[in-house]
Amino acid sequence: MLLITCPNCGVAAEETELHPGGEAHIKRAGAEASEGEFEAYLFRRENPRGVHFERWRHAHGCGKWFHAARCTATLEVFGTYSAQTTEPPAEILEKVRAKRPGWSWRDLQ
Amino acid sequence: MSTRLATGGRLIDRSKPLSFTFNNKRMTGFKGDTLASALLANGQKLVGRSFKYHRPRGIVARGAEEPNALANFGTGANFEPNQRMTTTPLTDQAVVASQNHWPTLEFDVGAINASLSRFLPAGFYYKTFNWPRAFWAGLYEPIIRRSAGLGKAPRQADQDRYEHLYAFCDVLVVGGGVAGLTAATAAAESGDQVILLEQTGSWGGRSVIDGGDVDGVEITQWVKNALQALDQNKNVTIRKDTMGAGIYDHGYVIAYEQTHDTDAPRHRLWRIRAGRIITATGAIERPLSFANNDLPGVMLASAVRDYVCDHGVSPGDRTVIVTNNDDAYQTALALKNAGLEVPVILDARQDPQGPLVAKARALGIRVAAGRGVASVTGKRGVEAVEVCLHAGEGAVLETIPCEAVAMSGGWSPVVHLWSHCGGKLIWDDAQAHFRPDPDRPPTGHDGQAFVTTAGSASGAMSWPEVLIDAHRAGGGQGAAPAADSEDAGPMLPVWVMPQGAGVAKRTKMFLDFQNDVKVSDVQLAAQEGYESVEHAKRYTTLGMATDQGKLSNINGLATLSDALHQPIPQTGTTTFRPPYTPISMASIAGEARGELFQPLRRTPMHDWHAQHGAQWEPVGQWRRPYAYVRAGETVDQAVAREVTATRTSLGLLDASTLGKIIVKGPDAGRFLDMMYTNMISTLPVGKCRYGLMCSENGFLIDDGVVARISDDSWLCHTTTGGAERIHGHMEEWLQTEWWDWNVFTANVTEHWAQIAVVGPNARKTLEKLGDMDVSAAAMPFMTWAKGTLAGIPVRVFRISFSGELSYEVAVPASQGLSLWENLHASGEEFDVTPYGTEALHVLRAEKGFIMIGDESDGTVIPHDLGLEWAISKKKTDYLGKRAQARSHMTDPDRWKLVGLQTLNRSTLPDGAYAVAEGVNENGQRKTEGRVTSTYHSPTLDRGIAMGLVLNGPDRMGEVLTFPGTDGTPYEARIVSPVFFDPEGDKQNV
Repeated sequence: MLLITCPNCGVAAEETELHPGGEAHIKRAGAEASEGEFEAYLFRRENPRGVHFERWRHAHGCGKWFHAARCTATLEVFGTYSAQTTEPPAEILEKVRAKRPGWSWRDLQ
Repeated sequence: MSTRLATGGRLIDRSKPLSFTFNNKRMTGFKGDTLASALLANGQKLVGRSFKYHRPRGIVARGAEEPNALANFGTGANFEPNQRMTTTPLTDQAVVASQNHWPTLEFDVGAINASLSRFLPAGFYYKTFNWPRAFWAGLYEPIIRRSAGLGKAPRQADQDRYEHLYAFCDVLVVGGGVAGLTAATAAAESGDQVILLEQTGSWGGRSVIDGGDVDGVEITQWVKNALQALDQNKNVTIRKDTMGAGIYDHGYVIAYEQTHDTDAPRHRLWRIRAGRIITATGAIERPLSFANNDLPGVMLASAVRDYVCDHGVSPGDRTVIVTNNDDAYQTALALKNAGLEVPVILDARQDPQGPLVAKARALGIRVAAGRGVASVTGKRGVEAVEVCLHAGEGAVLETIPCEAVAMSGGWSPVVHLWSHCGGKLIWDDAQAHFRPDPDRPPTGHDGQAFVTTAGSASGAMSWPEVLIDAHRAGGGQGAAPAADSEDAGPMLPVWVMPQGAGVAKRTKMFLDFQNDVKVSDVQLAAQEGYESVEHAKRYTTLGMATDQGKLSNINGLATLSDALHQPIPQTGTTTFRPPYTPISMASIAGEARGELFQPLRRTPMHDWHAQHGAQWEPVGQWRRPYAYVRAGETVDQAVAREVTATRTSLGLLDASTLGKIIVKGPDAGRFLDMMYTNMISTLPVGKCRYGLMCSENGFLIDDGVVARISDDSWLCHTTTGGAERIHGHMEEWLQTEWWDWNVFTANVTEHWAQIAVVGPNARKTLEKLGDMDVSAAAMPFMTWAKGTLAGIPVRVFRISFSGELSYEVAVPASQGLSLWENLHASGEEFDVTPYGTEALHVLRAEKGFIMIGDESDGTVIPHDLGLEWAISKKKTDYLGKRAQARSHMTDPDRWKLVGLQTLNRSTLPDGAYAVAEGVNENGQRKTEGRVTSTYHSPTLDRGIAMGLVLNGPDRMGEVLTFPGTDGTPYEARIVSPVFFDPEGDKQNV
């Protein structure tokens, strides 16, 4: 059972306190989107064996959504950060780069 | 025959005799016995029949690794099948029965399978019962099920208590042998919070049986001292009878405690979060693969030693030892010391030379080097051993009569816990076993190792190594405890004995005793192309029984590797999965059963409903009255009475469970315009609007009435089951997409009680409670107002889910019951009738109102339900808008909502499909619609239904056929879904 620290309330929360929300940093495509844009927004997802950026909600805690950088293979958590951002913070990216040379996710490297 | 020795037995208390029965035969044992030791002490070596061939089987081991000795244990509500006799303590008046035999243990009809064994090879079931297909369900499966299977299922509910315990520590040590005690001591000295678990009821592991000194102190005393020091340390929690069952992500551990104490819960499931875990889980001895190695009386050498030393039990007067390593010599010495005979030690090694070998020789025991077992002979137990050259093909050199055979094929570390969370293994050539690779440990949330092994679980096979390794694992400073050690001679890997054994012998060499997998089966699997160890495992069922292959794994892998002509590490191991040994389902459930299964949500009027005949319907965690049944009435009659009373006079509904969410803030209108398909921002204060919510996929997820409370706040009603989900949905969008919008939400569902006052006399009833103008002029349809009724501050919403004149009155929850009772008093002259959820459904279905979860199922869009009028054409965007423009959503052939009216007034079966002409590619009848809601309408005295039908609205008047599950076809005409008062006259008064 994962142990993930909620950046909002600071609690190291058990997985059962949390609700997973899939991939992070997805930009909404609205009513004007093309078929391709909308398909990408609704259905296309990264599925890495490695570092992933994901959304979690501290559902049975403070109720806030946050993001986590987590390795899907080793389950290492590189950090958690506010959901109110469009890209991972620099210090987390630095940490991932240091531990996973050659890593990439979408257009991040 | 095995028997009790006159003296000895470290763990038994001879002053406390216990009486028990085995297969209805009365026997006696002592406190401290396990079922296995007590049965052996009573001469009962035959304890069960094997799974496939029904061969007679006896006790092989003394611990969790035992494959054969499973019992039906207890009676009535305390009955439990598949109890491992080697780990179940004997209790007074215990009722024990063997499993998997018919009619008796001694005479088993299924044993005929054994003589057919060459027709029952690996994969037999797959190969034979495939064809003809029709025979499977009727013939093959019942026969296989009757002849296979282990214990019986209990017939009564479990009466015992079970609980979960939560614990947190810096260091968790699993295993209370010398290694575990050393590691825990070292960890505790550094100030860490330590939990130490031992799966058995006694401490010290194997060390206290084999004897010796640590730091100059005799081992039994050393264990006692170490335990006492740990017990006195307030940072340390120690628990015996508690098995570390599984290690999971990020240091989460499940442990399983069996209390053996009548006052305590029977089992406890420990849910432990540990910073670091040390597995000091020891090692398990491997059997040797020789012909008839499964006869009762053939046991692991270590188990023989344990029964002699721990329980004062003799396996028989004469025990032949067969080994490939020095450790089994300890068993020879223990037997000799107990006054028993060891006719010979058959040592597969050509030149065994260790101090233990010398000791055995000095005691006059014959050591036959380079020898092995050609076969064990005997009918229901060991009678003699045929000796051969290990290097040869099995020519019998001599026959030695004996009652028991003690075998040792070397030792394998217990690596299960290490492996559960990804710890990797390496092959150790010298010891011929897999051991944990310290360079590839399981890693935690920080990427660091969180499991360390200690002692023989690391592969340390001598005392000094064990102590040094465990001290290091515990993070100990300074020198590790010291012990003397005599160097053991090297062991010789032996996978088949004799090494040149022909097929006749290999078909009698059992690898997996519990699932009856033989050396020949694994070789056949390899020959047929099952080269991956995971495939070979499933094809042969090797290691798939309840013992999870604790004894068979390495021998099976070695056999497979040999058959594939590849080194063992290349074959690898199968996956180790928790739990280490089976744990009770009851412990997993813990307290979560009966009333404590899940929390129950009650409205303020809950008790009133209970006192007035409510039949409950679970709705989420709520209980809602389904109907209020009066004496002499059926539930159906009650529903009909409630519907009619509401239509003709006055009904009251407890609507408190409806979700209520406040949405407030400068951007609240803009936000709700995105949430709902309708325009919400333009709703005037004091007005209500029915709104639909869709997911971003376009599908309908909820509906309800929105009321504008003030300039910047709206009250959103949701479905009963939807409050938390919809509140979460709103928060998700606010927090993750539009976080710059200034909007706040609050779920106030439980803050308010809500009562629907429904029927032609609804207005009069409210007017009698005074102080508030609820007239048609002051409160037209779809408006709301604040006021006072019966002296209670209320919000009255003039909305209707029944088609009647209707007011929903919201009051602070604390006054819900008071208003409910006031309304009953006020409505008495109108024969006021409380109604339940079923009447609510009938009322709404008569009017063609949809219900989320009935008409919608996650694949339905508002357009399917004829709800285009609730979709704003003016808005540029809302959740689901883009999706609803996709080609599949705009397909004219989507099934659409209609009413369905049976030709003979009967009620359509719920969920029935309408059949169309022709068949699909699977040969099934094509369908063209399905029933989504169906009721008997007391108002119209006929069955009414709604359904989704292909081109439905364009096919009014057509008749569809719905085959019922009973084979009866129902014919129904497509009609408007509004069955009652289509003009809305009753509501607009």
